[in-house]
Amino acid sequence: MDFGLTEQQEIMRRAAREFLEAECPTSLVRETEESADGHAPDLWRNMAELGWLGIALPEMYGGTGGSFTDQIVLFEEIGRALTPGPMLTSSVLAAQIVLIAGNDSQKERLLPGIVSGDIVLTLARGDKLETASSVDGGVTLSGDSAFVPYGGLANQIICATRPAIGAWPDTTLVLVDNQTEGVLKTPMESIANYPQHLVEFDDVALSTEDLLGEIAEGRSALDQAVQRATVVQCAETLGRAQKVLDMVVEYAGHRVAFGRPIGTFQAVQHRCADLKVAIDSSRMLTYQAAWKADQGIPAGDEVAMAKAQAGTLSRTATEAGHTIFAGISFTTEHDMQLYSARAKIAEANLGDTEYHLDQLASGMEI
Amino acid sequence: MDFNFTKQQNEFREELREFLRAEVPLEKQEVFGSLTEEDYQFGREINRKLAVRNWLAIGWPEEHGGGGKGPIEQGILNEDLGYWRVPKSGSIGLGIVGPAIMVFGTQDQKDRYLGPIARGEIEYCQGFSEPNVGSDLGSLELRAERDGDEYVLNGAKMFTSYAYKADYMYLLARTDPQAQKHRGISLFIADLKTPGISLSPLPYINGEMAAQTNFDNVRLPLSCLIGEENRGWYHAMTTLDYERSGLWRYANVRRVFDDFVDFCQDSAPDGGQPLAEHPLVRHQLAQRRLGMETWKLLSWNVAWMQSSGAVPNAEASVSFLFGSEERLRFAEMAMEVLGPYSTLRHGSTMAPLLGNIEGIHREAMHLHGAGTTEIHRNIIAQRGLGMPR
Repeated sequence: MDFGLTEQQEIMRRAAREFLEAECPTSLVRETEESADGHAPDLWRNMAELGWLGIALPEMYGGTGGSFTDQIVLFEEIGRALTPGPMLTSSVLAAQIVLIAGNDSQKERLLPGIVSGDIVLTLARGDKLETASSVDGGVTLSGDSAFVPYGGLANQIICATRPAIGAWPDTTLVLVDNQTEGVLKTPMESIANYPQHLVEFDDVALSTEDLLGEIAEGRSALDQAVQRATVVQCAETLGRAQKVLDMVVEYAGHRVAFGRPIGTFQAVQHRCADLKVAIDSSRMLTYQAAWKADQGIPAGDEVAMAKAQAGTLSRTATEAGHTIFAGISFTTEHDMQLYSARAKIAEANLGDTEYHLDQLASGMEI
Repeated sequence: MDFNFTKQQNEFREELREFLRAEVPLEKQEVFGSLTEEDYQFGREINRKLAVRNWLAIGWPEEHGGGGKGPIEQGILNEDLGYWRVPKSGSIGLGIVGPAIMVFGTQDQKDRYLGPIARGEIEYCQGFSEPNVGSDLGSLELRAERDGDEYVLNGAKMFTSYAYKADYMYLLARTDPQAQKHRGISLFIADLKTPGISLSPLPYINGEMAAQTNFDNVRLPLSCLIGEENRGWYHAMTTLDYERSGLWRYANVRRVFDDFVDFCQDSAPDGGQPLAEHPLVRHQLAQRRLGMETWKLLSWNVAWMQSSGAVPNAEASVSFLFGSEERLRFAEMAMEVLGPYSTLRHGSTMAPLLGNIEGIHREAMHLHGAGTTEIHRNIIAQRGLGMPR
């Protein structure tokens, strides 16, 4: 039993924090949030050069071959710095689908580009996406999917599709070039710090080469990739919450009211203590899920628990931040609102707390 | 990062479980809130059997009669004893008094006190709280005055759990009333049969008979002082860190939770769907499973820190605080699900789960032992996060 990080992980954590503190100030975060494509190209290139986009991908595709746990350590820092860009979407979620479901030529074509940052992939998995067989052995894609992250920036969209009525029984994964005719993208205005689109597909014809895996056999790859991305997102939430705690403790130490620092008041201390408990809980659950997956042990329950707890953590951090910073955190000039918006997005994404508690209940055979 | 136990640790757990399966049948397992004298004696008997296998004081060094293993093995032992609901005894001696004597005791004290604890022969109670002193323990008032080659003790200790079962009390007393409050306190072991010690009964809501322990000119020989005079506060605080995982308490509750989940799956009180399939119940069970697993991990985190040589402080408070509140959340949830049946006591033929739910709800009111939940929040904020006092 060892709940500590390895020496290499500690080094990586420190290096990542230093890099992001220098290269990803909140001014850049805000600037990127205002931009149309939600992308910070210089930062993106630098992160690619550091190997971050391929941290847990095999070396044969340009990755660094690190463990899932390594990736979690890194994404805690990425979350902490509010790092903008499609890391989670492209280098985790989409990359895992390609890695698990793709054939050799697809992997060789896509993964090195994802790792170098030259290719950005996204995922559409709305339940109105349908595929049907076409005469040439390929498929026709139709329907729409909402909340597609970086729908404008992505070069290609992986679509997780249902079969049209009467066709094959389960999910089919297809790869669609974003410039293909018949792909219509409408931005969705939201509190998310990155662009999301409603993407509509108007009977887009795809060849067999565009299939990721076999027809109707995409469910397992999709589930595995989503599980992985869910845990990585928990790490981001954890990093953000830790930063909020660090900020409020620091602030409460010097902000004076009634003649003394507000950090001396138990009402303030206890809020911080409760946030610390939620952080420690999330940390244990997140690393447990990652470690299990690293061992090749099914980790469905552990992922569900980590994500459900991450939702609680998000709310606890948001409430502590806005209570302790109080008035100033209600202004847009203060950074706290950046954390609370992301907390809410993360809570809603990849299955909310209720969804994961339901998964957990199923895991308990209820 | 490694969430696994070693092969030897797993083997130890298997051996332990084999022992527990053979020695602790279901009817001997404690029901929350209804401990009888017979149950307690059974627990002591199990302790003595564990001692024969060198498991009782598993974490103590072999030279003091222990098993010479580490905090992880200690955690495994505590977790399984808790899960098997073996009535608890001996824990103050094993977890608090023994470790203090090992560090601060004289050779003579080590020879006299440690063996009987490790063999499960002697029961201790703890004398910290007083009628006027709880969370602010440093203000304690029980006086110990030096008189020749004796100390004379006057005052009272409060909330003495195990008072009627214990042989000795491990206590803090004020030896220098002039000194700054934490600096005038000393640590003693008192034989409860010493003239001048009397007990006033103090029944607890969990069914236990505790006491207020009165000291009226109680004369203790100098050899009862542990460590240095006036350093008792620091001695006691150091050795309180000996076993902080709380795995026994976690597993004790976890067992009832697991039984409750089974009950909800098997029971359909209105003749329709099982309780567990009711959407609200299903949701609550999942929430508490999450709570239980979190409690377990936070507890093992403390054991792991101790195994790596670190001294968990705020981390132990995180675990303890979470556990106290999770136990109450579970108790409230289970009572809500069971409705009026949840209020039936052990012994009532219609009581679900032998009355464990009713019992655990009373036990869950224990939100103060080893520091109130608010004291633990103070510790987390001040010692863990470095917030100003």
